[in-house]
Amino acid sequence: MIRLANVVKTFNSGKPNQFTAVDDVSIEIRPLNLTVLKGPSGSGKTTLLSLIGCMVRPSSGRIFLHGIETRFARHNESAGSFEITSLPERFLNEIRRSTFGFIFQQFNLIKGISVLENIMLPAYPTGENHTALHQRGMGLLERFDIKRHAPSKVEWLSGGELQRVAIARALINNPSILVADEPTAHLDSRLSHEFMKIVSELKSKGKTILIASHDPIVYDSEIADTVVEMRDGRITGRGHEE
Amino acid sequence: MALYTLVIFVLASLIFFVHAIKRESTTILREAPEMVVQRQLAGRHELIPIDYIEKIRSIRGVDKVEARLWGYYYDPVFGANFTVMVPETKQLAPGRIILGRGVARTQRISTGDMVTFRGATKASLLMTVQEVLDYQSELVTSDLVLVSRSDFQELFNLPQGHATDLAVTVANPDELATIAAKIADRLPDTRPILRSEILRTYESLFDWRGGMMTVILFSAILSFVIFAWDKASGLSADERREIGILKSIGWETSDVLLLKFWEGMAVSLTAFLLGTNLAYGHVFFFSAPLFEPALKGWSVLYPEFRLEPAIDFLQLAILFFLSVFPYTAATILPSWMAATVDPDAAMRT
Repeated sequence: MIRLANVVKTFNSGKPNQFTAVDDVSIEIRPLNLTVLKGPSGSGKTTLLSLIGCMVRPSSGRIFLHGIETRFARHNESAGSFEITSLPERFLNEIRRSTFGFIFQQFNLIKGISVLENIMLPAYPTGENHTALHQRGMGLLERFDIKRHAPSKVEWLSGGELQRVAIARALINNPSILVADEPTAHLDSRLSHEFMKIVSELKSKGKTILIASHDPIVYDSEIADTVVEMRDGRITGRGHEE
Repeated sequence: MALYTLVIFVLASLIFFVHAIKRESTTILREAPEMVVQRQLAGRHELIPIDYIEKIRSIRGVDKVEARLWGYYYDPVFGANFTVMVPETKQLAPGRIILGRGVARTQRISTGDMVTFRGATKASLLMTVQEVLDYQSELVTSDLVLVSRSDFQELFNLPQGHATDLAVTVANPDELATIAAKIADRLPDTRPILRSEILRTYESLFDWRGGMMTVILFSAILSFVIFAWDKASGLSADERREIGILKSIGWETSDVLLLKFWEGMAVSLTAFLLGTNLAYGHVFFFSAPLFEPALKGWSVLYPEFRLEPAIDFLQLAILFFLSVFPYTAATILPSWMAATVDPDAAMRT
């Protein structure tokens, strides 16, 4: 479980262009659930995802991870429950790499290298055996039906294929939580439904999924367990909760 | 990468070429007499009377004094200058001539052919080519013409009892300077020239710190610095984006730097190896066609020859440290600045 307590994120603090993107947010994200952050542009969804995904530290407030094992936390007395806001940078990196898988709005794949290499990128800093990594990458490509594109450069792929490569990359380190920011923004309805099907499969395989979206295909989806509504950096409502 | 390789190629060619030329000339000079005595008249080189030989030989420590005959012959037909010499070791019969390759090539003649030289008294001198000098030493012997003593005297209408200069051999090389001073003292109209002095002149002409090489090297290094600075002054938007993506998918700053370091190293080493290998081929297999006209004199007879491969590893190491390291640093620095940004930057693009 991820728990946020009175989290505030202010950019350009103390300057004339100071801007509070997330304002006093307290929320619990349940494990094995699909949680959707819903709201218009500028409502703070992306910033909240960045905070949860250890990409940026909050200006104030605390974020806790419960029941999640990371490589360093196994040797830690408080294994499985720790506050991430106070952790040093290298631990945050480690959590980001092993616990979270990210799917970005623009897919953020690296041009000039192959699909397979893109997928294996998040695992390179772990120093894992290359053969094993290669096999896992090929397995993911097969699972998403893009194995034939393994040696192709990413710039040759269509939007739907890029999406699947981005999902495969997010899964390479076998993370327990998947974070997706506006994943259907560049997809047509058919591909958006396809994406939700993949999300449903991943959820059934035990992944915790967190999506920020203002696409009704995502937030009206039957598989969404919780829909959190945001506006102006604050939570304005919740839906679908059991 | 191509530009980098080109810079290395030019610099390495220069280093190889200068070193090979330097070695070539030192090798040849090693066989030159350790001291040459020339007569001066009004500060210019004059013919030296043969009786000076005895005067010099009487100085204690002098082993041998030999008269040398040499001069320049201008060929009005080809507009070329030849160096004419009477050989010290080979005995040439009158009417016989030995030619350097350049001369033979210009005149389109070979061994056994007859060749005419116009003497100073307008009388033509007909001689038979006995030999054409071999390829290896062409840099120095290209314009050489060897004739017998009597032919030399006839060709230039040289007054009897005179030589161009005197070659002096000393019993103890440590006494060279002392003997040179004694000669200058006893024969005030002469100037002794030591081999070591000639070597020193060559050194300063071709050396790293002196001569036109410095100017060329300096401009080449300057262009490399500008190029590295250009690289260092900023990353492209694509490179910045790449670093942002890597950070967002869990790479640490150190991982990004390591990647950029190896990337810089790979580019640098490839360019260095490629550049030096191309330079080796350029200088030693193709005789440096890019530098030849500029560096090998201004004669009509361009020597055609292959330089003996000679590599100065110290200079090559200096080139390595002056190129690979600054380039790698130039790629690392901006990456480091980009890699210290928050990973969420990738979320916002």
